[in-house]
Amino acid sequence: MRPPKRLRRRVKSAVLLGLCATAVLITLLPLASILLECFVNGAGAITPAFFLQNPPPPCNPGPTTPCPVGGIQDALLGTLLLVVVASLIALPVGILGGIYLSEFQDRPLARPARFLADVMTGIPSIVIGVFVFGIFLFFAEQGWISSFSITSGYTGAVALAVIMIPVVARTCEEALRLVPVSIREASLALGIPRHRTILRIVLSAARGGVITGALLAVARAGGETAPLLLTAGFTTGAITGLSGWTPSLPVLIYYSAAGGYANTTQLAWGAALMLVLIMLLISVGARLALRNKFGGRTA
Amino acid sequence: MAEPPVGTGTDPLPATGPAEPAGATPSPSQGPDRRRSFTGVVDRFFGGLSTLAALVLIALPALLIVIITQASWRAIVRFGPGFVIGQFWVPSASPTSPITFGAAPFVAGTLETSVIAMLIGVPLSIGAAIFLAELAPDWLRAPVASVVDLLAAVPSVVFGLWGLYVLVPYMRSNVDPALVHYLGWTPLFASHAGSQSGVSVLTASIILAIMILPTISSVSREALRATPDSQREAALSLGATRWEATRLGPLAYARSGIFGAAILGLGRAMGETMAVTMTIGNSDNFATSLFDPGQTLSSKIAINFGNALPLEKSALIELGLILMGLSLLVNVAARLMLRSMTRMGGSAP
Amino acid sequence: MTGDKLVVENLNAWYGKTHAVQDISLSFPDKRATAIIGPSGCGKSTFIRCLNRIHETQPKARAEGKVLLDGADVYADDPTEIRRKIGMVFQRPNVFPTMSIYGNVAAGLKLHGGYSHDEMDRLVIESLKKAALWEEVKEKLDQSALQLSGGQQQRLCIARALAVQPEVLLMDEPASALDPISTARIEDLIFDLKNQVPVVIVTHNMQQAARVADRTAFLYLGKLVEVAPTRDLFERPAEKLTESYITGRFG
Ligand SMILES: Nc1ncnc2c1ncn2[C@@H]1O[C@H](COP(=O)(O)OP(=O)(O)OP(=O)(O)O)[C@@H](O)[C@H]1O
Ligand SMILES: [Mg+2]
Repeated sequence: MRPPKRLRRRVKSAVLLGLCATAVLITLLPLASILLECFVNGAGAITPAFFLQNPPPPCNPGPTTPCPVGGIQDALLGTLLLVVVASLIALPVGILGGIYLSEFQDRPLARPARFLADVMTGIPSIVIGVFVFGIFLFFAEQGWISSFSITSGYTGAVALAVIMIPVVARTCEEALRLVPVSIREASLALGIPRHRTILRIVLSAARGGVITGALLAVARAGGETAPLLLTAGFTTGAITGLSGWTPSLPVLIYYSAAGGYANTTQLAWGAALMLVLIMLLISVGARLALRNKFGGRTA
Repeated sequence: MAEPPVGTGTDPLPATGPAEPAGATPSPSQGPDRRRSFTGVVDRFFGGLSTLAALVLIALPALLIVIITQASWRAIVRFGPGFVIGQFWVPSASPTSPITFGAAPFVAGTLETSVIAMLIGVPLSIGAAIFLAELAPDWLRAPVASVVDLLAAVPSVVFGLWGLYVLVPYMRSNVDPALVHYLGWTPLFASHAGSQSGVSVLTASIILAIMILPTISSVSREALRATPDSQREAALSLGATRWEATRLGPLAYARSGIFGAAILGLGRAMGETMAVTMTIGNSDNFATSLFDPGQTLSSKIAINFGNALPLEKSALIELGLILMGLSLLVNVAARLMLRSMTRMGGSAP
Repeated sequence: MTGDKLVVENLNAWYGKTHAVQDISLSFPDKRATAIIGPSGCGKSTFIRCLNRIHETQPKARAEGKVLLDGADVYADDPTEIRRKIGMVFQRPNVFPTMSIYGNVAAGLKLHGGYSHDEMDRLVIESLKKAALWEEVKEKLDQSALQLSGGQQQRLCIARALAVQPEVLLMDEPASALDPISTARIEDLIFDLKNQVPVVIVTHNMQQAARVADRTAFLYLGKLVEVAPTRDLFERPAEKLTESYITGRFG
């Protein structure tokens, strides 16, 4: 009875391990396909005009009618503005929160704050969109803002900030925790006050990790679509600051993809290529920032 | 110490006791003292600032619940608990029906798509995690793991675009006909008129499965890597094959971590919006076959929110409330699971 | 030589470029316990890990030479079968934390299969008795193995290794993580076990070697310096190096 059983176990092991390897290949396949399709379908759209125009009316090219592809100028600008404003809110709050979680970890708030931050990172972004819409709706109902300002770039930026804060806080905390306790003790022993120790010594020792966390949060915010759909709105026209409807790259992709018109579809692919390239650049940059400090923590 | 050595009669050292000159101890000058109290204030101010930030972290989820409930109050009051089981979404009154809103088809759509996504995605991501954590040689592990993680960096609207223009046509012309051919006799894969467009519950679920792969596989990978070598060796020394050693050692040891990872993936699948909105077909009817178009909580909100009047908006926000409840439940469960893993003794990665 | 269960000929082992075991030839007679002593890092663990081919499961690890079990080359056979025949107990108890006490002991039996329920129960009980653990756990076989004490866990690991009826038992410092009482129990156990299977035990504790082993081998810097009946090795070492080690003049 033994030998056949032994053979069967060996075959089973080989088959299952082979399946695991196949699973990796299957995982890589969509990524490869997405990148490839973005290049194939989008590269043609990227001309100088792509950065200097706005989305055109949808059309299919006829024998006589011209059908321009248009560009992403104001959407790109909008995304930039939204992310900058969101970062101005989220980075200070998130980094200070991360400092609390790591440097004051024995205080009573640390555990619930960490737990809730983790839970928040798992809340769907569209729910965050609904939440921030609800806040501004409440403001409008109280008469504090005009009801025309509910859908605005500011609302969108707040939504992105809410998404970023827990991400920044947790990654900042993890980065600070990698700094050896001995460095803090040495600094405090020299009589350097606590806040200076944290800001000048611990934070600077951990800056690679903190920058990585900030970059990842920026990347996540920059790619968000659903919350902006509910908060920032969209326009194919020119951007007028953040007080009105504010176009953004992801939302442009969403609206351009619908309908199946030749020109807007190509614009969507071009914009997707841009967005993916930006995201990949930020991800790679984040990894590099991490590598420089503390001997490169291998994930 | 103070005792002088014996026979110090001729010792020139004066036997000075504790009487020290008064000026030896530095008298407290005003400068350093004031500076110390100043840094004390700054320290406290800084501590206060970071406490404030921690309070924000705690307040956000609480505020989230309060605000969303408040914003959907109108719909809650108007439709009561019947909203959850209501089957119709009629935003403006017609001769045949009054205004009414119900969440049932969307709750069903959310559950349906995320369960199918889990069925496809979980085995794949655990397989990939096992390969990367246990089998791959060192030189392959890090680069492939980073590439898998890059999948998480692709924005969901790009998944949606790819789904709409690449996956949907592929499903329409290759996958769906094959499934109908072999499994068409089961109700799940039944094909009725108008259900061969490629946009369907099945397509959306497949996109979701792809999107949760990096989440589940990277968290599981970390959990597997945290298994001590002694566990693998325990199994190997009993005569286990490589697979058996993986199953008895790391897979068993990391099981709560892997379970947590899967639930985290479920949370992501339930809330994912854009990719689903663009591939599910946006039909308010219950999908009985996987080839039917459908709608999830999130896709319904995304589709209708822009043009909704206040009452419908309130109802849409109530859909958000339901989605929030589901995902809070799932996320808290996942976090508790992952936390119990680190407590069990795996050195947190 | 008849009576030698396990014969090692010109064994070499490497970790990458580190040559951890250098050209060791050594044989292990049946029904005897052999102790392996030597200063830390001399290659004791590496040596015995080559005997059941668990050395090669580590990255960059490599072994060359011959290991013969009853005359058959271990390195020519299926490693899983070899590891079943040559059991191993490690320095730290490594019970399976998600399994019950019964499950731990039965783990190997379930892998190899072909046992009826009754047979399995019988083997589990027998192994627990051999490992001198039965009396302590017979009431709680279905409880988690993690709730046992360190010494009990180590005996559970011994029972687990014995359950698959190995022909040789390798032990790498099995008592070094334990308190004196648990250590004494394990030593008694080895003393009994060697009548059933040859035992190879790595130890840092020379009294322990003297108490449990019939023969002792002294390794130094990856090489075998001397092997002799335990008494002889401790009382009249043939090599200067051995003498200075056992008299504590280095290491
Ligand atoms: N995994 C490994 N990778 C690289 N080198 C190793 C590894 N394990 C052991 N070595 C090296 O091989 C040599 C022998 O190690 P081994 O563990 O066999 O020694 P030992 O005699 O068992 O020591 P100890 O008494 O401390 O357990 C040492 O020089 C050690 O540094
Ligand atoms: Mg050793």
